[in-house]
Amino acid sequence: MTAERSILPLELRQVGFSAGRKLLIKELSCTFSANSRSVIIGPNGAGKSLLLRLCHGLLAPSAGSIVWHGAAGREPSFYQAMVFQRPVMLRRSVAANINFALSLRRVPRGARPALIRDALKRTGLSRFARHQARVLSIGEQQRLALARSWALRPQVLFLDEPTASLDPSATHVIEEVIDAIHRAGTKVIMTTHDLGQARRLADEVLFLHRGRLLEMAPSEAFFAGPRNDLAQAFLRGELLWWQRRELTPP
Amino acid sequence: MTDFGSALAAAFSLVIHLDRDLGEIVLLSLRVSVIAVFVAALIGLPIGAAVALFRFPGRTVVAVILNALMGLPPVVVGLIVYLLLSRAGPFGVLGLLFTPTAMVIAQILLVTPIIAALTRQVIEDLWVEYEEQLRSLGAKPRRALATLLWDGRFSLLTAVLAGFGRASAEVGAVMIVGGNIDHVTRVMTTAIALEVSKGDLALALGLGIILVVLSIAVNGAAFVLKGTAERGQAR
Repeated sequence: MTAERSILPLELRQVGFSAGRKLLIKELSCTFSANSRSVIIGPNGAGKSLLLRLCHGLLAPSAGSIVWHGAAGREPSFYQAMVFQRPVMLRRSVAANINFALSLRRVPRGARPALIRDALKRTGLSRFARHQARVLSIGEQQRLALARSWALRPQVLFLDEPTASLDPSATHVIEEVIDAIHRAGTKVIMTTHDLGQARRLADEVLFLHRGRLLEMAPSEAFFAGPRNDLAQAFLRGELLWWQRRELTPP
Repeated sequence: MTDFGSALAAAFSLVIHLDRDLGEIVLLSLRVSVIAVFVAALIGLPIGAAVALFRFPGRTVVAVILNALMGLPPVVVGLIVYLLLSRAGPFGVLGLLFTPTAMVIAQILLVTPIIAALTRQVIEDLWVEYEEQLRSLGAKPRRALATLLWDGRFSLLTAVLAGFGRASAEVGAVMIVGGNIDHVTRVMTTAIALEVSKGDLALALGLGIILVVLSIAVNGAAFVLKGTAERGQAR
């Protein structure tokens, strides 16, 4: 973690996103502050991954605005990293994958080996340093994706369902790494389908349904009893396929 | 059949005894094709990658034209280069007509669209996989382009080999702009055409054997290289 001033808080003001005629994110407003793990949950098609991509700048909103209040003229994306649901490994070694990311962030050549060693050690991948990244298992590749992001010392880390399709032991390792990254001072904003994971990792929970933010609350309060009836149904494990006549804003 | 048998035997004899004329023709053929493919790769790889990567007005038209140019008739290319390099043409003053350089130019024009079109396809597929990750890491377009070319290098080798295949087998264009002059611009394909018309089947077959062996050797080496690399990178 750098000692530089944080680019947070991140504020979304009436953000909308449409693809063609379909409105996928609707009038979404919220603020992400530093030092907490924000976990976005909701059924398929709720817009969780879209929301992460909008925040990270991979997509531009069709309406509203996204403001990094602490950026103060700096390029916010320079202080962020993102790990995708399906890890994307470049066709080179494990260490070279991290080196590539560091070179893009203009980290001096001499400083890179120590950062690479540290990131691999923290994610338990030291012995794979010279292996081709694409021969690793999916769980190991996801750890490498986290290591690559961690080496950048981001102020904000976006995680898009980082443990989807992983078995419980691989999930456990990934969650430990996420926790360590958070403890090192990085703001974590992640999506998950796994309510158990949300309980374990979240400091605050955002519940999305059909592109709308229906509830944003501290984790304990949310899991003790969400105010929104759709969120209550989701926690009970009901399938939210049915139409609602009205949607209550949070 | 006896003629064919004796011609084949004479051909093998020429190959085995490293006939001087044969060697000269083979070396010139290789020199022209290798230089042409090298230059065509320098031009075609970035063009193909750029068309795959960048969105600009007319991009689809460019892609269609690149694909169409893959089937460019060699005699037409030969004719155009001939007109450009002939004494009355705009580049006549350079005195390149009927030289190996003219043959290289013609082959570059034939091979570049092949490499560019195949590169576009390879890079486009790779970009689908890499785009979000590279943008997330902050890769600028030029760096993204270089990364895609490097990571797609083994697949792109196939594109370059396809270009080499076209160049080494080409006869129409090099015949027009090279003139098939003995000891100057005579290459394997033009020599085969000439020797067949003269009835010297031995030399023609000898050259044919070398051309086929060369093609198999180059493609075999590339196949092994690509296979080894892919095994190393397999998921």
